Amino acid sequence: MLKHYLAASTLAIAMATALPAAATEIAIGYLRAEQPAPPVLSNLRPDPADLGIAGAQAGLADTRTTGQFLGHDYTLDVVSVPPGGDVLGAARAALGSSRLLLLDAPADTVLAIADLPEAQGALLFNVAAPDPVLRDAECRANVLHTVASTAMRTDALIQVLLAKRWTDIVAVAGAHEADSAFMDALDRSAGKFGLKIGKRKIWAFDADMRRAASTEVPLFTQDLGDYDVLLVADELDDFGEYILYNTWRPRPVAGSVGMTPQTWSPALEQWGAVQLQERFRDTSGRDMQPEDYAAWAALRSIGEAVTRTGFAAPDALRAYILSDEFELDGFKGRPLSYRGWNGQLRQPIPVVHPRALVALAPVEGFLHQVNELDTLGLDAPEVDCTAFGD
Amino acid sequence: MKTAMTALVLGLAFSGAQAAEIWVTNEKDDTISVIDIDTLEVTRTIPTGERPRGIIFSHDYSVVYICASDSDSVQVMDPETGRILHDLPSGEDPEQFALHPDNRHLYIANEDDAITTVVDVETRTVVSQISVGIEPEGMAVSPDGRIAITTSETTNMAHWIDTDTQKIFANSLVGSRPRHAEFPKGGTEMWVSSEIGGTVAVFDTATQKQKAKISFEVQGVHDDRVQPVGFEFTEGDTHAFVALGPSNHVAVVNAETYEVEDYILVGRRVWHMAFSPDKSLLFTTNGVSGDVTVIDVAAREAIKSIKVGRFPWGAALRP
Repeated sequence: MLKHYLAASTLAIAMATALPAAATEIAIGYLRAEQPAPPVLSNLRPDPADLGIAGAQAGLADTRTTGQFLGHDYTLDVVSVPPGGDVLGAARAALGSSRLLLLDAPADTVLAIADLPEAQGALLFNVAAPDPVLRDAECRANVLHTVASTAMRTDALIQVLLAKRWTDIVAVAGAHEADSAFMDALDRSAGKFGLKIGKRKIWAFDADMRRAASTEVPLFTQDLGDYDVLLVADELDDFGEYILYNTWRPRPVAGSVGMTPQTWSPALEQWGAVQLQERFRDTSGRDMQPEDYAAWAALRSIGEAVTRTGFAAPDALRAYILSDEFELDGFKGRPLSYRGWNGQLRQPIPVVHPRALVALAPVEGFLHQVNELDTLGLDAPEVDCTAFGD
Repeated sequence: MKTAMTALVLGLAFSGAQAAEIWVTNEKDDTISVIDIDTLEVTRTIPTGERPRGIIFSHDYSVVYICASDSDSVQVMDPETGRILHDLPSGEDPEQFALHPDNRHLYIANEDDAITTVVDVETRTVVSQISVGIEPEGMAVSPDGRIAITTSETTNMAHWIDTDTQKIFANSLVGSRPRHAEFPKGGTEMWVSSEIGGTVAVFDTATQKQKAKISFEVQGVHDDRVQPVGFEFTEGDTHAFVALGPSNHVAVVNAETYEVEDYILVGRRVWHMAFSPDKSLLFTTNGVSGDVTVIDVAAREAIKSIKVGRFPWGAALRP
């Protein structure tokens, strides 16, 4: 990897010396494939319209300040394609004007864009799709991932449960595809750390639980028997809120609601996080969500690579970002870097409740031969990704 | 005990009846804990504005300045009575500051505003505001008063400010999240710690060129958790004691060879520190464990921990 980086930087130096010295312009694109919102029980918290985009803009502002001292000028061009629109056409156009592109899209769209002829030699950042397969068999050399994979999040949660010795686990999962994917990831994580999720039920109610939760949920959870913790897989925020405090037994709830593993949370305040939260709130008028953080981290990764190398070419930036030299201050207490085997941003995962941090994973005691952060998500020996090999 | 006696005698010599003290700001209690260097006990707790962090005494020790970050002010306190005399206009969210050798100009890092504010403490007015990088934090003024340094945590730079023109004349890229700056050795060198980068960079002041970079390695602690923050120099600037944050250690660095000679185990998430008057004892603030570790400087050993308020952050000596 280092060799690769050196080769690329030599190239870039040769290019830089051939050109007249001028302020470097770094054009970054943000492409969103809007998704239709499925119906959910609670109407209280719709997703903000600028979810993700506001994070990229915050990252741009942070990066621009550094750039002004170094003669680097960053721009961000945001394109949002409505549901059913021509995403690939928009991607082609975006790649025509910027070779650094953030993708806020589902996994299949990310892959389709990454495989476009126009995307070869560009550097794409997946800021929204958590699917482990993008970091595994379907990895692409031109795609880095700043959003945590589902596997990283569930590994974090299981570490915390183990540390608390809440090892007698039951589960309730929703019927959506994302729910079963989250449930699969929970099972995988439990197995990885020597646990087993016991009794489980599928949430298949269609009643409006705002009226009936207090009577329905106790009955629904009665036959789960006794346990330490109830995991809920409800990745669309449909029914999960109505499980809390309504279970037959007085037991904690974790997973998609209650105690949740997140890429980022508005509840974070340690490690300088409060500064980032306040900057974000000042400019966007709302709290920073995980999707915003992933986009922010992509912008900051580009900025850090440009700042340290002085180059703007995607291949030089990619080589530096994947090298041992790269480190990003992500306001999570440790330097962030990228996994050389699949392009995933290596990061601590906060396990939170809505108002405070419960624990930051990796939890103390979960050791790794190279980097404790790699106890979260897919580690080098277990991935089937060849695009990143040297 | 002998050290304590010496400190007591020194303290008496300086200020009559009262022994030397270490003043510690408790970030999450909105108080200052005052530690008596003679007895190594907290003798009083003084209320402050919200989220007190940086703390320094005027050069004549007649007043103490406190960055009350969430009150958006620098408070000026009478150390005899603990009474707030007045607030200084500080800009938003002041975190750390440095007092110019003229005892009159405070250089304040405004963390939320990407600005360094220069305040005249006599007229209580803002003399100048200088745009710096995102999240300015560390502040230092050279002993000759000609250069001020602001480190910005997200921009990862040390900004060199000419105190005559109040303009930046150089920017040095350093490791991630630069936290603290000092001008040792008569101001010929400038040191900057980088918390996330895990290093301390040493610059030649005359040329602003980096001449050394110090790394740390604490046995049994992953590199990522070794996070240099505050540091201070021993008598004659021969050694630097560097707080290493969540690694819960303080490193002893040889300031001539730039090599790390020792690591001392202290409390959890060690932030900043202050020496006793004769520099025989060092007091470190440990944010997470809510205490102060007392280090015997000659023996390089922790000899006591003193419970203070929640999240102790800054420390300053009152001789």
